[in-house]
Amino acid sequence: MSTKNLPMREALRRALLEEMRRDERVFVMGEEVGLWQGTHRVTRGFIEEFGDKRVKDTPISEMAIGGVAVGAAMAGLRPVAEFMTINFAFLALDAIVNHAAKIHYFFNGMFKVPVVFRAASGWGDQATASHSHTPEPIFAHFTGLYVGCPSNAADAYGMLKTSIRDENPVLFTESIALYAKPGPVPDDEDYLVPVGKGDIKREGKHVSLIAYARGVDWALQAAKELEKDGIEAEVVDLRWLRPLDTELVFESFRKTNRAVIVEESLPMYSFGSELAAQIQEHCFDYMDAPIKRVSSLDVPLPYSKKIELMALPDAAKIVAAVKEIL
Amino acid sequence: MAGPNKETLLDWYRQMVLIRDFEETCYQLYQEKRITGVYLHLYSGHEAIGVAAVANMHIGKDHIITAYRDHGIALALGVDAKPVMAEMMGKSTGTSGGKGGSMHIASKNHNFWGGYAIVGGHLPLAAGIALEAQYNNTGAAVISFIGDGATNNGYFHETLNMAGAWKLPVVWIIENNGYGMGTDIDIAAGNPILHQRALGYGIKDMERVDGQDVFKMYDTVQHAMEHARNGHGSVLIEAITYRYRGHGVSDKQYDTRMADELAEWKANKDPITLLRSKLVERYKNVEHDLSKLEADAKKAVAESVEFAENSPLPDTLEYLMSNIYVGQG
Repeated sequence: MSTKNLPMREALRRALLEEMRRDERVFVMGEEVGLWQGTHRVTRGFIEEFGDKRVKDTPISEMAIGGVAVGAAMAGLRPVAEFMTINFAFLALDAIVNHAAKIHYFFNGMFKVPVVFRAASGWGDQATASHSHTPEPIFAHFTGLYVGCPSNAADAYGMLKTSIRDENPVLFTESIALYAKPGPVPDDEDYLVPVGKGDIKREGKHVSLIAYARGVDWALQAAKELEKDGIEAEVVDLRWLRPLDTELVFESFRKTNRAVIVEESLPMYSFGSELAAQIQEHCFDYMDAPIKRVSSLDVPLPYSKKIELMALPDAAKIVAAVKEIL
Repeated sequence: MAGPNKETLLDWYRQMVLIRDFEETCYQLYQEKRITGVYLHLYSGHEAIGVAAVANMHIGKDHIITAYRDHGIALALGVDAKPVMAEMMGKSTGTSGGKGGSMHIASKNHNFWGGYAIVGGHLPLAAGIALEAQYNNTGAAVISFIGDGATNNGYFHETLNMAGAWKLPVVWIIENNGYGMGTDIDIAAGNPILHQRALGYGIKDMERVDGQDVFKMYDTVQHAMEHARNGHGSVLIEAITYRYRGHGVSDKQYDTRMADELAEWKANKDPITLLRSKLVERYKNVEHDLSKLEADAKKAVAESVEFAENSPLPDTLEYLMSNIYVGQG
């Protein structure tokens, strides 16, 4: 398949643009998405092409953005609602978890809610404690919702298209730190990454580095470092936190018998806790060492640069964790 | 304008007595533990508002949505009482197959998008449904009920502001029964004259209406629907009403605490009594029709109870786990 090298933000933009051209029901709404071209420039040029009917600048009203998107989806549209950052999506938590994720169930299938909530996530560029969250696991806690978290441009492209075409509500996060990172993106308007399907980003036999989103980026850097010492790390990218491709994780673990789980999120009640529990439950006989977890430290992210970076995971922390269990 | 004819008025009466009978039967069944659970919010006292609103809908075209005090809306729309009662009892024959209960009654065929349990949570849903009508230029309007208590949370402010900014075709009807759960609106609101909030959102203020008078309610909603359907955006109505039961039936103090007020409203401002006397005054020999409608309502409700009690409780893991996701079965 032919590809084009695009930064992740451009891959997302292209996915959204193509889906809007393909399906009249698809529209975007959010703060600054129209006239100001999108805070992260994912909707750059949209208002010029589609007009303000399909590119809706909203007031700064996250509760309403969340809930209006749910209602529009129920009524038959395909809203793609943008939360400028996922930190602000906390204000819409009720609409997302009590309504988007529950309506299909509590009316026993009477209504569908095909909505996509896009939100920029994480960071580490001195945005401080209230603007640096990576709370994907919080959303993934709630059944009824799909949670997609791409780690590169191609996945971002295919996963966003899948999310828009799916009949279920999807919370879709985009790592701010990866927006500018280029990667090959398939030249195929129907390139779709199936919901709940993870991916082996690098094969290896000594240890499984299990991650999602930016964690995959760090894990790949760590794998390169480890290679120098003759350690072959397998990098498992879950891509979706819900549904969670546990089979892929178990398969990798049964091969390597060791795992380090990597995430940008906080350590408690996390992606790492969930997977560590599942691995011991399903792969106990294959376990040769304790499962290690590398996450952000259990601290609010501060402003000042050196201590901020100290709180975040990085490749060196992953390498160190691997060496502890080999 | 000629106003509603005799046949229409008798139909309103039919709906109102059906709702009252249904709700008071639910109350009894709850006391007898034949309806279980903790949440059961009754519409007794509010009947004229729901009936007048529904009377202004083009059923199947316009949309309607409400909070958890939702049984009466379903019945006014013509949803069969049997599956509504079955839902109260958590039966698989219920409108939501026993998964939603009293607070989540809906009917897709009637564009009744449901009852919702988070105070104010359905308001942006109403706006989103209206956005679809505007987007596809269907000419439909959305009726969204709002409890007075919900006017004080963020959903109300954010949604009505957005509805104003986008000229969304919604008729917002505040059912002001004076209490948000047990708290008096005068204590809860900086300005308890709730319709005045329309000014802040750039939506049409249709002021206060006597929510016990089905005629006044009907006229007001009619004007409001015309406004919304004709592309002029949202309308805010404040209907003054009264709740004959506690916030929910588990509220045990209500009857004694509110005894005087309750007696006053029931004696002088009961929506069913008011309509009944209008009908008796206006039409000769209508008593017979009215008595028949009252008996029919009793019969329909009794049949709904029988149906519900004879329906099975869902009891399989497969059923429990179904319809979490679309396409999952």
